[in-house]
Amino acid sequence: MSQHYPALIVIVPLLAAFIISVAGWINKKLCFPIAVAAVTVSTGSSIGLLFRVMNEGVVHYRLGGWLPPWGIAYYVDQLNALVLCVVTVAALLNLIAAKKSIEQEFPERIGPFYTLYVLFVTGMVGITVTGDAFNLYVLLEIASITGYALIAMGDKDRAPLASLNYLYMGTIGACFYLLGVGYLYIATGSLNMVDIARILPDLYQSKAVLGAFIICMVGVWIKMAFFPLHGWLPNAYTFAPSASSSLIAPLMTKVMIYVMIRLILTVFTPKFAFATLAISDSIVWLACIAIVMGAIFALAQRDLKKMLTYIIVAEVGYMVGGAWLGNRAGMTGAILHIMNDALMTLCAFLVVGNIVYKVKGYAFDNLKGLFAKMPFTMGAFVIAALSFIGVPPTCGFFSKWYLISGAIQAGHYGFMVALIFSSLVNVVLFFRIIEIGYYEPFSDHHGHDHPAEPMAEAPLTMLVPLYIVAAGLILVGLYTGNIVNHIIRFVIPGSFV
Amino acid sequence: METITSIKPLLAVLVSLLITPMLVSSRAPNVREAWTFVAAIAKFLIVLSMLPTILKGTEIVYTVVEFLPGAAIKFRVDAFGMLFALVSSSLWIITSAYSIGYMRGLKEHSQTRYFCYFAFALSATVGVAFSANLLTLYLFYEMLSLATYPLVTHHQDREARSSGRKYLLYIVGTSIGFVLPAMLISYNLAGTLEFGKQGFLAGTTGSGHLMGLLLVLLIFGFAKAAIMPFHSWLPAAMVAPTPVSALLHAVAVVKVGVFCVVRVITGVFGTDLLLSLNFGPFILFIASVTILVGSFIALTQDSLKRLLAFSTIAQLSYIVLGVGLLSPKGMTGGMVHVAMHAFGKITLFFCAGAIFVATGKKNISQMVGIGRRMPVTMTAFFIASLSIIGMPPCGGFISKWYLVLGSLEAHQTAILVVLLFSSLLNAAYFMPIVYRAFFCRPDEAMFENKVQEAPLFCVVPLVVTAVISVILFFYPQPFFRLASMMVQSIMGG
Repeated sequence: MSQHYPALIVIVPLLAAFIISVAGWINKKLCFPIAVAAVTVSTGSSIGLLFRVMNEGVVHYRLGGWLPPWGIAYYVDQLNALVLCVVTVAALLNLIAAKKSIEQEFPERIGPFYTLYVLFVTGMVGITVTGDAFNLYVLLEIASITGYALIAMGDKDRAPLASLNYLYMGTIGACFYLLGVGYLYIATGSLNMVDIARILPDLYQSKAVLGAFIICMVGVWIKMAFFPLHGWLPNAYTFAPSASSSLIAPLMTKVMIYVMIRLILTVFTPKFAFATLAISDSIVWLACIAIVMGAIFALAQRDLKKMLTYIIVAEVGYMVGGAWLGNRAGMTGAILHIMNDALMTLCAFLVVGNIVYKVKGYAFDNLKGLFAKMPFTMGAFVIAALSFIGVPPTCGFFSKWYLISGAIQAGHYGFMVALIFSSLVNVVLFFRIIEIGYYEPFSDHHGHDHPAEPMAEAPLTMLVPLYIVAAGLILVGLYTGNIVNHIIRFVIPGSFV
Repeated sequence: METITSIKPLLAVLVSLLITPMLVSSRAPNVREAWTFVAAIAKFLIVLSMLPTILKGTEIVYTVVEFLPGAAIKFRVDAFGMLFALVSSSLWIITSAYSIGYMRGLKEHSQTRYFCYFAFALSATVGVAFSANLLTLYLFYEMLSLATYPLVTHHQDREARSSGRKYLLYIVGTSIGFVLPAMLISYNLAGTLEFGKQGFLAGTTGSGHLMGLLLVLLIFGFAKAAIMPFHSWLPAAMVAPTPVSALLHAVAVVKVGVFCVVRVITGVFGTDLLLSLNFGPFILFIASVTILVGSFIALTQDSLKRLLAFSTIAQLSYIVLGVGLLSPKGMTGGMVHVAMHAFGKITLFFCAGAIFVATGKKNISQMVGIGRRMPVTMTAFFIASLSIIGMPPCGGFISKWYLVLGSLEAHQTAILVVLLFSSLLNAAYFMPIVYRAFFCRPDEAMFENKVQEAPLFCVVPLVVTAVISVILFFYPQPFFRLASMMVQSIMGG
């Protein structure tokens, strides 16, 4: 059993998708338990796989027993084992939290929703687990297409357009990636990542390889919404139904960051990416711009969900910059932040889900008096906010620690300033929300007998997942040392200082 | 230096956090307040139980979790940390009693929230006192900022919101903007954040300019110390209920600020490094400016709490000044002043609150003749103001005496003048209040000649702290002993 973990992670949700779509016709009530069961199996397998990788080292898995480079090989090291756990755990928690909200938002389309949901998860875990560059593209398309559909189910007026916009941009991004893989295939004759890495060193001077790398990177950047290629993201994530946005927002961009790091570390190797190309400095500057612009755009928003989407744009800058600093601390920070940012984005979007469920809106005006109305939801929101700001002991502090350390060691003080700037802007952003929820509406008296709003908290099935994530933000922060020493350390090549 | 490992520091920090569920779930206010007392007394006893060990010259360490070598969440109880923890945990008991009188007397809303965050803030304060390295210090420093925000903005009106904004902007803005980068740069320089006897930056290869930059970032970054120009959050934070101002803004929050600055001077840089780079005069200069300007502004205030706030700003810089003298006597004086000022200033705030509860008056101009109505309160006020001015028979005299000796020892005549002149200013803003409270013509008096004090829960605490202020003059142990132990271990002598 345990040797089939890599396959189980992908195949179980894939099959479940078909079963759910059939079950949806028979009885809508069946969909939810099947989806939960499938994602739970996937989650269990990911966790099992992580432990196996930690004990035994890299796991190679041949799908159907075909040998690479012809067959599809799954390649699992500490990096994607970690990302797999994050993806599946986040998907599972969100699935449980989503039940009530989709029953409220579109009761007639429960079947399709769960089908798309597990298919999206299939795509995400597939991208992460695979060791085949072309297979990655296929799964990327699965994830993207289901993602477009999940987003289009939202706001009737604006979601379809936002989704279409995303579809155009996303398709261009995926095509770029495919084109890059094509060049690579021409140059090396292989699609297996490890195989490509073995063949490439002789071809470092080749223009085709250079082209492949740049095209792949641009494709991945579009998919991860790296500024200024982020145009599709804010509207798509804002107008999506809350259950979809809390699935896609934490995972899509982070998995694409993983792909970028995988391309740098495994496929093209750090020697090519940092030494031969020598463009890392400019990319870090681009990341600085992404961080600053993301923060500024976020400041301009007047609703919570859209503000969070711009924060994602800024956070993407954190990870791209960290990865391209080209040193140990920076790369550690970027990988750590994949996990941390996924968790804190999930936490924030689950909060939005709860608010929408109760208040039917996420504009700033809807948030008035929310601390009295939904104290538990807002409590979790404060924890997420602290993590975004980077207050210890939440995990956001520790990834920021590594990222800033990396910036200092690389002598890239611009990146350090950008990170500090974004932390400060996050203070303003989140405390503005907290102020609205805490003070408004103002009472006439001098505060002494504040009218107590009746409590109207979200149901327990939404609160429990939310609090698991919120506790995770603190626990992951406290155990950062262990995560770095036992998992991330092995991912980073020895050539990094 | 001997060290022993014990979980006590962690317990001392956690005990007040652990009772918050009890506070929230208590239905009856009396039960809730009982829990507060349980936690406060437990905290004090845990701190006290470590005192004999510390007095023997042994340090207590406890590592919670280490995430990088030299950067762990770790506690280390040394003499100065002990001093501060003793002051803050003992005053929490008294303030809890006072809070009950004040909050119930004014029928304030959301009292449960108030007591919860109070407990939370005390956890953070003791955490700061026991921090073994800059990371842990930063962690609890931030925790304190966030725990006190709901307390400062307790009234939830427009004024509270704008003050809360200012509070966060100054406190969190500087800690993220200044301390965080400085901490990371020094970690990359030294490879550790552990406070050393002579500072962990001593012996590193950083240039003088870099050291100067780090010093500026770290001293101004801990803006809770209210060194000018990062002081104006403190008067703004006076919108808080008076017990909050009393404990947090005269004792815990601001003292945490100066505590951090002292740690920066002694534990991060070390006296030798500062002396060799000749940074002492810089510290003395900013402290002196803060003392004088703060005192002058205090002279012009009519609101009693704002006057006390500016007086606090000036007094805090005494501590910075004392430690900045980098001489044994000066440092001792600075550290002892943490305790002396705490007892004096908390009494003054208690008095201000008691006056507000009993009469609803906030401004000094409305307090003419109040001594006839509230003789006990105003007597306590008089004693405490003597302590702040630095006159015998009050504790403040001891610390000021040592500060003066320190300035002579360091051959800083200008500092001597600053100290003496500022005492004069202190007298100039405190004495008229007391004088006009007791001695005014009958037609000036704004109150009837009938004794009517605030509730007992308000009056008893302020009498207790006033009496302690006097006792500290005759018996300044163990604070004095702790401070001189700390100085000895720093100076190696």
